[in-house]
Amino acid sequence: MILPYYIIIPLLAAFLITLIAGKKDNWAVILSVISVTAMLILSVYSFITMNKQVVTYEMSAWPIPYGIVLVQDALTSFVLVMVSIISFTSLIFSVQYIRHLSMDWRYYALFMLLVTGMNGVIATGDLFNLFVFMEIALFSAFALVAYGSRAEEFEASFKYAVMGSVSSTLILAGIAVLYSATSNLNMAKIAELIPAVDSKVIFWVGALFIAGFGLKAAAMPFHAWLPDAHSSAPAPISSMLSGVLIKALGIYVLIRIFYNVFNAPEIFMKIFLVLGTISIIIGVFLAIGQWDMKRLLAYHSISQIGYILLGMGIATPLGILGAVFHLFNHAIFKSLLFYNAGSVEMALGTRDLRKMGNLMKILPTTSQTSLIASLSISGIPPFNGFFSKLIIIIAALQAGLPWYAIFAIVGSLLTLASFMKVQRYGFKGDTVVEAVENKIGWRMNSAMITLAVLCIVTSLMIVPGIKEVTLDPVVKVITDKTEYIQLVLGGMHGN
Amino acid sequence: MIVYLLCFALLLVGIYGVLTKRDLIKIILSLGILGYAVNLLLILFAYRNDSVYPILAKGKAVEPMVDPLPQALVLTSIVIELGTTAMLVALAIKLFEKYGTFDITEIRRLKG
Repeated sequence: MILPYYIIIPLLAAFLITLIAGKKDNWAVILSVISVTAMLILSVYSFITMNKQVVTYEMSAWPIPYGIVLVQDALTSFVLVMVSIISFTSLIFSVQYIRHLSMDWRYYALFMLLVTGMNGVIATGDLFNLFVFMEIALFSAFALVAYGSRAEEFEASFKYAVMGSVSSTLILAGIAVLYSATSNLNMAKIAELIPAVDSKVIFWVGALFIAGFGLKAAAMPFHAWLPDAHSSAPAPISSMLSGVLIKALGIYVLIRIFYNVFNAPEIFMKIFLVLGTISIIIGVFLAIGQWDMKRLLAYHSISQIGYILLGMGIATPLGILGAVFHLFNHAIFKSLLFYNAGSVEMALGTRDLRKMGNLMKILPTTSQTSLIASLSISGIPPFNGFFSKLIIIIAALQAGLPWYAIFAIVGSLLTLASFMKVQRYGFKGDTVVEAVENKIGWRMNSAMITLAVLCIVTSLMIVPGIKEVTLDPVVKVITDKTEYIQLVLGGMHGN
Repeated sequence: MIVYLLCFALLLVGIYGVLTKRDLIKIILSLGILGYAVNLLLILFAYRNDSVYPILAKGKAVEPMVDPLPQALVLTSIVIELGTTAMLVALAIKLFEKYGTFDITEIRRLKG
């Protein structure tokens, strides 16, 4: 029974780090690497061995409507694998990057708490428990955004903390209304009772949830905190925030609640479509004008989240396939781009694209991997971004929504343009850089190379033989909508 | 009904404060008011007219009781708010060290 260990392992690691770490951070590094590696192995193993069955774990053996329950289906396993891969590479990248800032064990404790919160949100099947785990993840995110201790970082962290608190309050209000309507907090039981509830109540709760979780996912009208917070954080944390946190706390929960609990109401699907399209276009337009490399990447996060929301809003199996595939791909290439930005910043001491140049000779690994990631995010074959964007565009055309498809294509072309700018000014510029301030070590390089290889390998997930075992079970969980009820209430109990 | 409307008015007071105040401390206090409004909403959902505390004792007749679960939720949510407020106050202290002011119109180095 490995389901509760996704929460136990990182939480235990966080507490042990604070207990046994002395002045140096050696023990902290060892413990966190061990726990993240264990999680990677467990999540991949459970994703491979778990074919179409749902495992539930009742905490303290309380039966389902009364106690907190953890649920693991294909979607859960898929997102857990994504979180594990990104947290593993981020930690490997962190070891050198954080040591050049300070020898501090607190960073690792906060990092493990961040992973705990995300794993809890993904694995839980209880609405209020989801709220609690979300707050755990957000606390560590606020603290880690301010980790660099410069004035701008505190400012970004305060902005993020205020907006995050308001959105959490709205989510709690939504949970309260839903509880008063159904007298249950278990998601499967709520889904069972939803058809008897007045549709006005569903609309009200859905509006609160879209405002709350939409702010966590940084969809367009709620995006104002993201460029500040993601560009101010240290590079490995930026990749955790942009690559995983906005998906685990935002997109994943929106999918789970609106498909599996609310049975995909029409009006919310339309809202997803519109929000997604606006996010694609506005995010790209804001990104093109940026000269700060990390700010540019943060604005692109908004745009790529728009693609995922567009695929969710189309609501055909093909659209959902594109959305799920793009979720995974975006985690990989966006994290890789943030690692590149971090290593360039460490080597040159600047993030301004105009002050970089001829990096091809000085930082060969960073330049090559950033080229792969840029092609991937712009949607150039054979990299993974091309296939997921193509599936979303085809799904929009098949569903009779040609305008949305045109907007998606325009967004993709503008993305290509802005990354041409990054490559041209940043890596092949005219500015002559004499020498690097800090050398890039093998750990940072290995993290970047791992993700660059994954950029090519994950595009194989669309090949017919592999698609059946990786993406199709996940899409089936989402498109079956309220099958979730029978699966959880009559599922395999792991006690 | 009037109680729910007053609770909603409290929520609007909190949102108004977050949106319009220029002082960091007043923003933090407004967030507190917002949280209290939602906690009050939960407690109101749990309340039943003419009912007793939810404890089954021996020899006591079973009467209509208030719902105990939202009370537990509110306790948890109060603890979470304590953490959030502490975090925000710590950030406000640091911001005062760096900028020398609590006025958010002067804390504006991040643009673009």
